[in-house]
Amino acid sequence: MKREKKKNFRELLLQGNEAIVEGALRAGCRFFAGYPITPATEISEQLSTRLPKIGGTFIQMEDEIGSIAAVIGASLAGAKSMTATSGPGFSLMQENLGFAIMAEVPCVIVNAMRGGPSTGLPTSPSQSDVMQARWGTHGDHPIIALCPSTVRECYDITIKAFNLSEKFRNPVIILVDEVVAHMREKITFYDDEEIDIFNRVKPSMPPEWYIPYEDTPSGIPPMANFGEGYRYHVTGLTHDIRGFPTSRPDEIDPFIRRLFRKISQHFSEIQFGEFFETDDADISIIAYGCVARSAKRAAIDARARGVKVGVLKLNTLWPFMRTAVEKVLNTSKIVIVPEMNMGQISREVKRVNKGPTKIFTINKVDGTIITPEEILARIKEVG
Amino acid sequence: MGFRYDIRLSGSGGQGIILMGIILAEAVGIYEGRFVAQTQSYGPEARGGSSKAEVVISDTEIDYPKAMRLDMLLAMNQKSCDDYYMDLKPEGILIVDSTFVKQLPIPKAFQIPFTKIAREKLGKEMVANIVALGAISKLTDIVSPKAIEKAVLARVPKGTEKLNRDALNAGMAAAIKAKKNILPFVRSEREDEDT
Repeated sequence: MKREKKKNFRELLLQGNEAIVEGALRAGCRFFAGYPITPATEISEQLSTRLPKIGGTFIQMEDEIGSIAAVIGASLAGAKSMTATSGPGFSLMQENLGFAIMAEVPCVIVNAMRGGPSTGLPTSPSQSDVMQARWGTHGDHPIIALCPSTVRECYDITIKAFNLSEKFRNPVIILVDEVVAHMREKITFYDDEEIDIFNRVKPSMPPEWYIPYEDTPSGIPPMANFGEGYRYHVTGLTHDIRGFPTSRPDEIDPFIRRLFRKISQHFSEIQFGEFFETDDADISIIAYGCVARSAKRAAIDARARGVKVGVLKLNTLWPFMRTAVEKVLNTSKIVIVPEMNMGQISREVKRVNKGPTKIFTINKVDGTIITPEEILARIKEVG
Repeated sequence: MGFRYDIRLSGSGGQGIILMGIILAEAVGIYEGRFVAQTQSYGPEARGGSSKAEVVISDTEIDYPKAMRLDMLLAMNQKSCDDYYMDLKPEGILIVDSTFVKQLPIPKAFQIPFTKIAREKLGKEMVANIVALGAISKLTDIVSPKAIEKAVLARVPKGTEKLNRDALNAGMAAAIKAKKNILPFVRSEREDEDT
């Protein structure tokens, strides 16, 4: 008897931005506030029609600072929330990004990187917001920034971004470059695919016993949604465990240290990437985003010519993947860091390099992707 | 190294170049089941300016997503033809919209007046890109006419199916005709000489 095989997957040709939308909805995003900007507009465009159909909310705000403010408010009320922008809008969001870190409000911010500074190159790719993601908002703070290099990764990383933000009560930034944001690739969704979705831990005690910013072993206090009977104070001022402003050194210090500890004690959950033939490589390339793809092609071509080249692809940019980078620094004689900026991750690689490994950079800032030939030429030059 | 086929579709903004790229990628990726990566670059203007879409086709996962040396170049205006023909592989094929491309950089090129066909035979200049897609399906063996038709019909607005199907057929017919007219490929004798 012939059994009919049920098709249990669907294949779609999606843009990176569209895959981010799919990932957000899969992760449970129900609120989006944003202001359209190339090359991130497709995210707003699609969510504006998709969210209302599933009971979610889409708001086009008056500007970017309003957008992230709305996102923070929605998240405090319990909705998984997101905004999407590009460099110029990301600059405007910095103030409230700091607020979300301070008040420990989970949210996801997509920055589709285009050329800068200022309005720069609206339709051209760049990777020049890496340091802005790290230190754009003022004050000492922890941050998580993830970077996809394929359409599939756009989907997976968006889900991961929501999970991490919910888990660590910290904003998570997705740094996608214009090439990946606008690139279309085939993506397969399986019906029976198991995807972990993490929802914020809520308080288990009655409202009158709830202390909103009390330390826990993980460093992450449970989070009560507004409107569910728990009342507490939310402020951008440095606060005590009850959420009220404090200027007592013995309260300030443990608070700031806890903010850092909640991330630093969970590096292994946050950091991920891919080693591509780095074990026996004399020359390793450390790359991220669209450039990681050029690097992989360059490595394959170099190996075909008898030069042992490997690639470490970084998917987590912040916190910096020190352990993975050190592993490559220990095994390779030469490390090349190609970036579409004047050297942002390469500074970090140089910072953690304590051995004799030589580090070279490729910096391209003309609004076009670094090609495999350019990386090969550099390999020839330095190797 | 696996099979890899690099395509560049180029012209000016408003000609539907990027939509062509999407449809071609969908036809090859979804309906023919290969790996595809489609990228694009364009200026900030909605119309005018230059526009280009690239489709990379492979049997394995695609690393570098942009086109390298071209197996096929479609030029919908003179400027893009002049700008990009240097990227063609020696055996790569050049397809031009002869409505706008009057000067050929290399003798071996398929000249089809896509825009003229769209304007005169179909009454709508905007389907020139679909006419070109029809031609591509006949001039290369990278995508079948059937897959292209499925992909086109899945992307175009409802109510325009007939127009688009006609456009595809017109493109295919023109391609068959152009194939007969093309000069056989002869490597230029004077290539290395000073001229």
